[in-house]
Amino acid sequence: MTVNNVWVFAQGTNGNPTSFTAELLTKARSLSDNVSAFVAGDGAALAAALGKYGAKKVYSTGDLSGRLVGVAAASAMAAMIAGGNKPDIILFPQNYDGRDTLARLSVKLGVTVLTNNIDIAVNGNEVVATTPIFGGNVLFATAFTGAGPHLASFRPKSFAAEENGGAPAEVVAVTVPDAGRTAAARVNAVHVEESSGPKLDEANIVVSGGRGLGESKNYAMVEELAKLLHGAPGASRAIVDAGWVPYSYQVGQTGKVVKPSVYIAAGISGATQHMVGMKGSKNIIAINKDKEAPIFAVADLGIVGDVHKVLPKLIEALKSRG
Amino acid sequence: MKVMKIVVCVKQIPDPATPGSLDPSTHVLSRGGKLILDESDTYGVEMALQLAAAAGGGEVSIVSMAPNGEMSGMRTALAMGAARGVLVSDPALAGSDALTTAKVLAAAIQKVGMPDLVIAATESTDGYTGTVPEQIAEVLGLPSVTFAKKVKVDGTTLKIDRQTEAGYDEVECPLPALVSVTAGVVEPRYPSFKGIMDAKKKEIVTVTAADLGISPVGWSGAGQKVASVSQAEARKAGQVIEDDGEAFGKIVAFLETLKVI
Repeated sequence: MTVNNVWVFAQGTNGNPTSFTAELLTKARSLSDNVSAFVAGDGAALAAALGKYGAKKVYSTGDLSGRLVGVAAASAMAAMIAGGNKPDIILFPQNYDGRDTLARLSVKLGVTVLTNNIDIAVNGNEVVATTPIFGGNVLFATAFTGAGPHLASFRPKSFAAEENGGAPAEVVAVTVPDAGRTAAARVNAVHVEESSGPKLDEANIVVSGGRGLGESKNYAMVEELAKLLHGAPGASRAIVDAGWVPYSYQVGQTGKVVKPSVYIAAGISGATQHMVGMKGSKNIIAINKDKEAPIFAVADLGIVGDVHKVLPKLIEALKSRG
Repeated sequence: MKVMKIVVCVKQIPDPATPGSLDPSTHVLSRGGKLILDESDTYGVEMALQLAAAAGGGEVSIVSMAPNGEMSGMRTALAMGAARGVLVSDPALAGSDALTTAKVLAAAIQKVGMPDLVIAATESTDGYTGTVPEQIAEVLGLPSVTFAKKVKVDGTTLKIDRQTEAGYDEVECPLPALVSVTAGVVEPRYPSFKGIMDAKKKEIVTVTAADLGISPVGWSGAGQKVASVSQAEARKAGQVIEDDGEAFGKIVAFLETLKVI
């Protein structure tokens, strides 16, 4: 099929699109010459930067006055599509608001969704999206069979973002229709959890801790090592669920996807859930006392040992280097 | 006082500790053996029980969908304290996409009777499409708050801390509504012996997709088909050494060769 028109669910703050948005726009350009961004918020502020990544138009809802993004964005998109402005494909980020919007829109349009993808391509008459399963060991490609628009969401860092030097995107204001009771939720306050040091999903070095640390207070070793290496501390789902560290530290299928130069896994066995979030790291170092732990199958350097002994010595050695 | 009615959507999945496999002919995830309650759903069940108790009384029901009549995972939820369940069991459901799943579960919820609150996990551990809760809300015409990491009910209003990329938002939403809860939101209880015994006597109503008036389902209703299945390029294991007390030195040396220290 010929793809005439692709939309990207775009996000950003202070005039800068998120890296995720830039990745999706770059991919969208490979599918069609006609790429538009949809912003649930102030699209005008992002128009210049979105244009650099190839968006010709930016559809902008303006301020949502405390409404949640999912219902508002899906209602606006559905109204545009009903009015005849119909894209062939819409690319969404696999994140909180991206997922909500995708889900609401699929019901409004009566079309399927393909989520957690790492690639999408036009293959003859079909649009095919690819998702990794079983911890990334198997690639599962699925073709859309129904009428479009085809809705797909992607994992972060699936594509390398590249500017194409495009002109600022043309801003097109769109109205958010009244979605009745479904739009009844209101955001009363926004809390930003500041963390010092590099962000987990952007850091060049990530040190993550897991259940093998034994107890919550031992996570301090992970934080100290991360700090010494100018990296970010991360965590397995097990210790997030146990309440040792906030959810924002979680690396894995339900957490963040990281691709640092060096990933150090301390006391992490390597459950599928975790592996899909870190397997793309350039170099992996694993410390675990169980030599059968799956993490060793992906580690460039594996230490079969006790994290309580190895980490303090490693920290001392790095400190003594100054 | 009005009783708070809560429905929790749960999924019964193959034990995640055993390696997954695909049915070679259909490429669907094999679900042949015993299924267990998805651990992600234990948080929703616990949340429902706590909210019902805090409301001074409530009724917690469970809905689930399975192609093969499996109930053992639902019994676990009943053993935790849920009152009853509806299972949509139908071989025709195999291969259903997320949208069909949402329509089927929404119809099952209506069969229980429209509740004040629907609770689901953010995504299942085996399929993790991650859209079904929000799709159910849209089918039922309910407002929703996804990725809740703290949930309180104040009269007829939900007060929720919703996870965001940057931190969290405080969100208010009137009931009836749907909430998806993150893992770790509450500490799920273990079923007591009495709970397990009582669960055997609790009612699970089994219906088919046709009973609910949902058609087509399964492969014929899915707007998608398998295009191909291939092996990903495997990452090779490197050097694995036993710590003799000096293994930290190997890590330092490796970091040096990578020029990060």
